[in-house]
Amino acid sequence: MKALAARRHHRFAPVVLLLLALLITGGLYAALAPSRATADTATADDIQTGQALFKANCATCHGMNAQGEGDTPSLIGVGAAAVNFQVSTGRMPMELNGAQAIAKPAQFTEEQTKQLAAYVASLGPGPSIPTAEQVDPSLGNASKGAEIFRTNCAMCHNAVGAGGALSGGKFAPPLTSTSPTQIYEAMLTGPQSMPVFNDANITSEEKRDVIAYIVAQREGAAGGADLGSVGPVSEGLWAWIIGLGALIGAAVWIGAKSS
Amino acid sequence: MTTTAETDAPTTKAGRAADYLDQRTGIGVVVKEFARKVFPDHWSFLLGEIALYSFVVLILTGIFLTMFFVPSMALTTYHGPVQVMDGQVMSDAFASTLRLSFEVRGGLLMRQIHHWAALVFMASIVTHMMRVFFTGAFRKPRELNWLVGFTLMVLGLLAGFSGYSLPDDVLSGNGLRIADGVVKSIPIIGSYLSYFIFGGEFPGEHIIPRLFTVHVLLIPGLILALVALHLIFVVVHKHTQYPGGGRTDKNVVGFPLFPVYTAKAGGFFFIVFGVLALMGGTMAINNVWNYGPYDPSPVSAGAQPDWYMLFLEGSLRLMPGQTEIVTWGHFTLSLNVLVPAAIVPGLFFMFLAFYPFIEAAVTKDKRPHNVLDRPRNVPVRTALGVAFLADFILLALAGSNDLIATHFNMSINTITWIFRVLFFLLPVMTFWITKRICLGLQRKDRELVLHGHEHGRIVRFANGEYVEVHKPLDAQEQWLRVSYDAHAPLELDAPKFDSRGNKNSAYTSAKRWSRLSRFFYEDRIEPVTPAELAAAHDAHHGEEEHVEAIEERDQPERHLRS
Amino acid sequence: MSTLDNTHGTKDNELVVSDGAFVDPGLPEHRSRRADRDPRASRRAELQTVVLFAISVVGTIAMLVLFFAMPDDTSIGGLRGQNLALGLTLGFALLGIGLGAVHWAKTIMSDHEVVEDRHAVESSPEAREAAVAALQAGVEDSGIARRGVLKGAVVSALALFPLALAVPLVAEVGGDWNTNLFRKTLWKKGTRLTRDPDGTPVRAADVTIGSAYHIIPEVSEEERQSPEWITEKAKAVVLLVRLDPKDLNEVEGHEGWTYDGIIAFSKICTHVGCPVALYEQQTHHLLCPCHQSTFDVANGAKVVFGPAKRPLPQLPITVDADGYLVAQDGFDQPIGPSYWERLK
Repeated sequence: MKALAARRHHRFAPVVLLLLALLITGGLYAALAPSRATADTATADDIQTGQALFKANCATCHGMNAQGEGDTPSLIGVGAAAVNFQVSTGRMPMELNGAQAIAKPAQFTEEQTKQLAAYVASLGPGPSIPTAEQVDPSLGNASKGAEIFRTNCAMCHNAVGAGGALSGGKFAPPLTSTSPTQIYEAMLTGPQSMPVFNDANITSEEKRDVIAYIVAQREGAAGGADLGSVGPVSEGLWAWIIGLGALIGAAVWIGAKSS
Repeated sequence: MTTTAETDAPTTKAGRAADYLDQRTGIGVVVKEFARKVFPDHWSFLLGEIALYSFVVLILTGIFLTMFFVPSMALTTYHGPVQVMDGQVMSDAFASTLRLSFEVRGGLLMRQIHHWAALVFMASIVTHMMRVFFTGAFRKPRELNWLVGFTLMVLGLLAGFSGYSLPDDVLSGNGLRIADGVVKSIPIIGSYLSYFIFGGEFPGEHIIPRLFTVHVLLIPGLILALVALHLIFVVVHKHTQYPGGGRTDKNVVGFPLFPVYTAKAGGFFFIVFGVLALMGGTMAINNVWNYGPYDPSPVSAGAQPDWYMLFLEGSLRLMPGQTEIVTWGHFTLSLNVLVPAAIVPGLFFMFLAFYPFIEAAVTKDKRPHNVLDRPRNVPVRTALGVAFLADFILLALAGSNDLIATHFNMSINTITWIFRVLFFLLPVMTFWITKRICLGLQRKDRELVLHGHEHGRIVRFANGEYVEVHKPLDAQEQWLRVSYDAHAPLELDAPKFDSRGNKNSAYTSAKRWSRLSRFFYEDRIEPVTPAELAAAHDAHHGEEEHVEAIEERDQPERHLRS
Repeated sequence: MSTLDNTHGTKDNELVVSDGAFVDPGLPEHRSRRADRDPRASRRAELQTVVLFAISVVGTIAMLVLFFAMPDDTSIGGLRGQNLALGLTLGFALLGIGLGAVHWAKTIMSDHEVVEDRHAVESSPEAREAAVAALQAGVEDSGIARRGVLKGAVVSALALFPLALAVPLVAEVGGDWNTNLFRKTLWKKGTRLTRDPDGTPVRAADVTIGSAYHIIPEVSEEERQSPEWITEKAKAVVLLVRLDPKDLNEVEGHEGWTYDGIIAFSKICTHVGCPVALYEQQTHHLLCPCHQSTFDVANGAKVVFGPAKRPLPQLPITVDADGYLVAQDGFDQPIGPSYWERLK
């Protein structure tokens, strides 16, 4: 007892006690606090790591405080959803500065992406990452989704999401391998040239319907090979190459002398 | 088959049937005329048949479709197996197309065969027309048949456009909207013409049933009548033939209709149908449930018409917009629409339709022609045809510029500018290159006739001279290369002033035709004459004897091998 | 290429010359086929032909069996499979006949070329004379010679009667011919802007910067189910976007037509009428996918590229008491493509 009593008055004792108290409080909080509606809870750690990642990878263009610089937009208020979309599709960090951000293999792990998202979300309120239920295609109505997609999306992305051209070399990418979460986030945040479809324009349920429609298109075409799903131009090309090609070949065979 | 005589009653079953028929129709004469009719044999003569047979396929599959398609714009709510359409409001036309594709067994197959056949029909018409053009089969006496064929091509375009608009989907509906916009741009009558077509404002409730009548009754009727006329002409004129030994303007060399062509041409019908069936079974086309029922609000990226209308689409895309002008105070003249949609296609069509008559005027050739030209022997015609095709293909590519942009990662604006420049530059370039290639090939032919094939066999004489031994052409090869007409330009034989010193009215037009004729025929390569051939032989004669002597000495049994 | 010990071509290597011109060497020598020379080859060709026809028979039977035996399956994958099955079997049923017939013609049928004479297309001089004489006799018999009035009456009647058929057809086909309707749309003062296609009204506050709303005028549910709706919608569709007010340059004459950076334009392209629907958020450009006319929203939707000439007509908007966006008035010009009398 004498040894312990002696340490009670050590100058580091208050520090130790404080750390203990913090740990217990934090631990109790983590164990007992209800989880928020968003899928991931961002801890202060996440935000800090996120900030470090941001300063190392994003600040050169977006500014040290994400306030934007020149043509590069500010990220204050874009929300976790925007960051999750841009980083998980590999669009950010951008390869080349310009109007079109090309999707490429993601440069950060899922955890790192969440951390970046948490940091940016902490800078100002913005759209958050959707829950699994919000993006589950089996809960969506593909027919309603078709109607909404046709009016709001097909003109850029093509009737079945095969992608389309915009002006000046930009394009709306194909949606064949985009994940439901990414689709939701893109609608919500309006990345690059894409307009913003907030929940007042296309509600959360309607977004899920759109996801259901896009996923249903991945079953392929009912009539056979889909030839790229870009419409009459590819159909015409294949009619010439395969149709007329085969028939001219047959004509040459018919006209040739037999050996 | 026997013709009957009182004392000569037929004994076989077939004979009795033939007798029965002949006594009531006089068909014996027809059979005698046609059974062994001779048709020349070349694969390029089968291109028109591809068109004919795909038309038959269109009719057969089309009849199937009319059993199920409802040409009505009345609205209905869809409840059926197409999940992405369930509960949506659409026209009966669209709904019946969905039912036909998803609920009628074999319905989707018939629809797809029908649409592939339409694309192949137009492609084969274009290819057949190219063959006729480049071989000069449109010359006398076939100018009228060329016009019949040209009309068939235009009818084919209308048939296709009216047909793919029937399902009343977003893609074809926007095509109709564009057609309405083009019609509206016509001066004075445009807005009324738009009302005429749609029965009121766009889209109204009448256009689909009207297009159905056009597509199923009016145009097929016209096409059938003109195809019959087209084939009657071929029978009356007899088919043309490629040049060669034994083939003249006064005979036909080939095989008899029965049995050879019955089998070849009949068999080809089944091949065409079979290929179209395989395409319909394996390649998806025009799956309209992906586009959705027509509504004026949505539009899809990659909004193009079927391939044969792409030249119009490209034309519309390339024209700059500043050319819409307001004339006479407040009348709008939309040249930005009229030029690409009416004037440019008008020029293209007029070139095609009038070409036989232009050529007849620049050669003053009144002789009937039944032997075809080799394209190299008519350099300017071939070059004009290639230039025309180049521009046609360029416009089709311009109509696909957004797809080119996405596939090759380019800017549509850049592509549009490049095509705008090429639209004028490309025909000139391709004309010049093709003409030079033709003249070069003709010179090569002359070389071959005069000096024979080069075989790479070198013979060295005792005095050290090396000669390459050429193998002379055989008679058939020579004949092919010497038996063509090289037209000379028209002479200007009308005097400029008549006897009283007044300017001759016919002079200016004669001068113009003479100038055009020089454009066509000034650069020409004449075929080798017997005198030239004899001179060439004399030049080589000594050499040949020397070579033969060497060969006899060294290898007496040896044959000159090819 | 031929060898000198010639199995095809004429014996002579040279063309005969007569009267200073080359003489046609005549048809090339007939080259026999294997099936003509070798009876085994002939039997083989026959067998091949029979097999081809047999393939057709098998194809037909297979198609019929599949047609009746296939279970119903309306899923996309199921339909694709059915289509493939029926298409392949039908294809083979047809190709078998075609290939068989052609193979038979090529290998077994006689391939000796036949020469037929062509006759001149024109009729013989005697026939022509007889034709002319017949026509002249007919004209004489008709008694029309020197009866000018009769001729005139016939021609007038025949020339005029088509009008009696054509006029009713043309007149009725055009509906009421009231092309003034091009100038009128459903938009009037106070009409609410609602979302396409479900018709819910739009609050100004919901239109955030970068949003693009597809708009139709407020109409009753009943009107939206009517057959006339689609024709009215074809003139009334509008695109609504919000820009930062400092990026927005007001159009001369259109002052006050926007609301706090929210601006509305007709969605129908002034080129030939497609919906101009591609809104590029960053460039503020509206791209029409049909012919790539590009409109600059920040500058009154004027044309910056492509075949359109006129800017998109602007819809003047404001908000009502509840904060919903409403039109101040209809469009100030006919929407959509130009037509001759549009400025009158």
